[in-house]
Amino acid sequence: MLRLIGHRIAMSIPLLLIVSLIVFALEALVPGDAARTILGENATAQSLAALRDQLGLNDPWTVRYGDWLAGAFHGDLGTSIISGVDVSSSLSTRLGVTLSLLIPSMLLSAVAGIALGFASAVRGGVLGRFIDVVSLLGFALPGFWVALILVAFFAVQLDLLPATGYQELTVSPGGWLKSIILPVLALSLHGITAVAKQTRDSVMEVLEADYVKFLRANGVSERSVRYRHVLRNAAIPVVTSLGLVSVGMLGGAVFIENVFVLPGLGSLATQATLDHDVPVILGVGVFFTLSVIVINLLIDIAYGLLNPKVRVS
Amino acid sequence: MTTATESPAKKRGIVRSVLATWRGRITVGFLLLFVCCLAAPLLAPADPLHQDLRHILELPSGSHWLGTDSLGRDVLSRLLYGGRSSIVGILEGVAAHLVVAVPLGVAAGYLGGRFDRYAMRAADIVMSVPTIVILLAILTIFNRSIAAAMITLGALGASGMMRIVRGTAMTVRQELYVSAAELLGLSRTQIIFRHILPRCRGVIIVQTSLFAAIAIGIQTGLTFLGLGPPPPAATWGGMVNEAATTLTTAPWLLVPAGGVIALTVLALGILGDTVRDVTAQSHTSSGGLRVKPAKRRPEAPAPTAAPERRALLSVRDLSVSFLTPRGEAEVLTGVGFDLDAGQTLGLVGESGSGKSVTARAVLGLLEANGRVTAGSVVFDGQELTRASRKELAALRGTRIALISQEPMVALDPSFRIGAQLTEIVRSHTKMSRRDARRRVLELMELVELPDPEEMARRYPFQISGGMAQRVAIAAALAGSPDLLIADEPTTALDVTVQAEILALLRRIQRETGMAVLLVTHDWGVVADICTHVAVMYAGQVVESAPVEQVFGASVHPYTSALMAASPDSAARRTPIDAIAGTVPPPGSRLDGCRFRDRCALAAADCADKDIPLLQLTEERASRCIHTELLQVRP
Repeated sequence: MLRLIGHRIAMSIPLLLIVSLIVFALEALVPGDAARTILGENATAQSLAALRDQLGLNDPWTVRYGDWLAGAFHGDLGTSIISGVDVSSSLSTRLGVTLSLLIPSMLLSAVAGIALGFASAVRGGVLGRFIDVVSLLGFALPGFWVALILVAFFAVQLDLLPATGYQELTVSPGGWLKSIILPVLALSLHGITAVAKQTRDSVMEVLEADYVKFLRANGVSERSVRYRHVLRNAAIPVVTSLGLVSVGMLGGAVFIENVFVLPGLGSLATQATLDHDVPVILGVGVFFTLSVIVINLLIDIAYGLLNPKVRVS
Repeated sequence: MTTATESPAKKRGIVRSVLATWRGRITVGFLLLFVCCLAAPLLAPADPLHQDLRHILELPSGSHWLGTDSLGRDVLSRLLYGGRSSIVGILEGVAAHLVVAVPLGVAAGYLGGRFDRYAMRAADIVMSVPTIVILLAILTIFNRSIAAAMITLGALGASGMMRIVRGTAMTVRQELYVSAAELLGLSRTQIIFRHILPRCRGVIIVQTSLFAAIAIGIQTGLTFLGLGPPPPAATWGGMVNEAATTLTTAPWLLVPAGGVIALTVLALGILGDTVRDVTAQSHTSSGGLRVKPAKRRPEAPAPTAAPERRALLSVRDLSVSFLTPRGEAEVLTGVGFDLDAGQTLGLVGESGSGKSVTARAVLGLLEANGRVTAGSVVFDGQELTRASRKELAALRGTRIALISQEPMVALDPSFRIGAQLTEIVRSHTKMSRRDARRRVLELMELVELPDPEEMARRYPFQISGGMAQRVAIAAALAGSPDLLIADEPTTALDVTVQAEILALLRRIQRETGMAVLLVTHDWGVVADICTHVAVMYAGQVVESAPVEQVFGASVHPYTSALMAASPDSAARRTPIDAIAGTVPPPGSRLDGCRFRDRCALAAADCADKDIPLLQLTEERASRCIHTELLQVRP
């Protein structure tokens, strides 16, 4: 178990290196650079050269990568080419927004998905078919489109919740809650349905397992069979799907933040993409990569808790 | 229809079988429509960029089938042109996906060794890369080129398909015909193209359509963010974005673009599922399709004569059906037998004869799609086929207990052995944890498990099959049952362990006087432990008798054939007389005698009518009308 976690953490270092290296190498290989982006198409050769010198763009990309790595190691991720703002600090001010979106969405996907999936597997019938249909919709409808429909209905038609914008949790808890309800719903729809489907399939499979028959046949109560034995054994594939759903949510957040104009990391990354702002993209990349590593670590720990084979050996 | 054009291993068979399903026809039809977007310049009713400010935000009409947008442009035309860019995006992504995944997957699976290890490690790392960030970086660097983003997406997403292709290639490599081909001197390339790739074709198509579904989601998402071709170019995501700006005045505009994205994703997803269903033959009894749970109780239980003498367990005219995708199949027809306290009845027959179903039906533990259609199961005076769930639950474990064929899968893998036994003990009698613990250790000693204290702390995967079967027997004995149903209790075990388990069962039976209903196909086991035998064939009991009479001289040709086919009875150095043919599955059983097509004694009258179970003596019965022929045979 500990070895597994150690292995995960050890793997995270090459992962971070690879992600940043890809970005740096691509940027170096492709014509056009930050200086031209800043000064525009009509800049003179002298001013371009001067700015390049100032930004250190004349160094080979390997040297620049080394510098960036050394900085990143100390928490300095460079500055935005466009705004000149320190990347680490703009990440940390926007982190709260993205986490306000991601953490509730992950929890909602887990709780609602498992509850719906379990209920439909045990009860079957109408609820089961409903889950099948909704999970197809969750798979097919793009999150940003669902977000717009939610806005059209709850914000525009019913005027219950704000259509856009964000309030700090510390400033106004009620306002915070109102500002994240629609984004979280839009972001979790896919997650809830994916987890519900996996739970349903997994529980139905375990319900047919020999040991379930054996426990029932030898007098164990149906309640214990379902909530102790079936749920526990069905959980491992569900945890896997939760992990995939959570990683997918990082990408989904980029779209959802744009729809609801939330000042998070996703909208930062989108703007940076439009502006050719490579240092900011790299910064967001580092954060997202770390998030994936944390999610995978949590999933591994969950495996260990659920599966005695992992824990014992 | 990216899959048809992109997949290298596409073959007629799959296309045909996909088109044979209605799901397949609908999705393929829709995807063909989608492909028509490529001909947008020919098909579009209007120029997608032509603005007409006098007719903005119009609802669908004869001149604009899907209405107009905020600049008065024709929505249908823009959808067609937008679809063209989506198709191109998907094709780029899928091409990159296949180029990376298939060669690497086949190579890793077929070559194995160091290459496989490195490839898998790399795949692990790539799987953890947050794709969206790389895509945004690519779009930054390549100046918002959706093509570059889609190719990157295809390559980064390839690790999933690579794993699956690798798995398939590994399976194929280990098969005999591939080894044979290697021995015959076929080169690796030949083997890959002739044997490995054709077998991977199904999974490749499934994965490709699923990837295409994801790719279109990403492509529309990126264009929605304005990261694709700049306006006024038509893209599906861009159209949703434009619709968002007029959300309050013209909500209709969200529908065409959003709907067409959803339908395309759905069609690709369902196509993938359909291909998976037609290529992967499911091994479940329901043929991989979900079936409606059947009612458990018979609708109108046939009135049956009360048993003459009161046996502990009396099964009469028991019929069981299973609902399958092809309709209701009768698995058991009129099964009957008696079992008294202290006796052991062996239910004997080949696979498919219905012996295990009989055992499960007695316990009321048929699968969700099975039900008792007629007959009765009377246990100690109580009719079980009409018993409520609660009444059955009260009997289980305390009056009737079960041990099953595969001891390793009969125990819950997630709980320690001690915890499982404690739970079973406590579900029979209310007692403190400590008392239950003591009882568990007693039970473990009763079934001769060495070092019970230590054993209780282990998980099922840490013990051997023989040990697991002892644990299962201990669990079954926890409620001191009057009847133990043992479904092939020794089949999965080594011969020496088999003998130990049978000796254990015999000893416990002697000490407790419980009755045992033993399902087996092994005459050695029957001889070892049974007092009575009921031989089953194709869902019927064909012969029943006390055990010594059956071994003396059977009164049904199937019994004789089954004994002759048993390795135990064969004389040394003589071939075993296997019975030609197999047990017919439900639905293709013969009228008249069900065994006649495999029977050496079959005569014309065997086909005339259904053969009843003929009572020969008080204890012997046979479902054969030509028993006299059997007596004269040497």
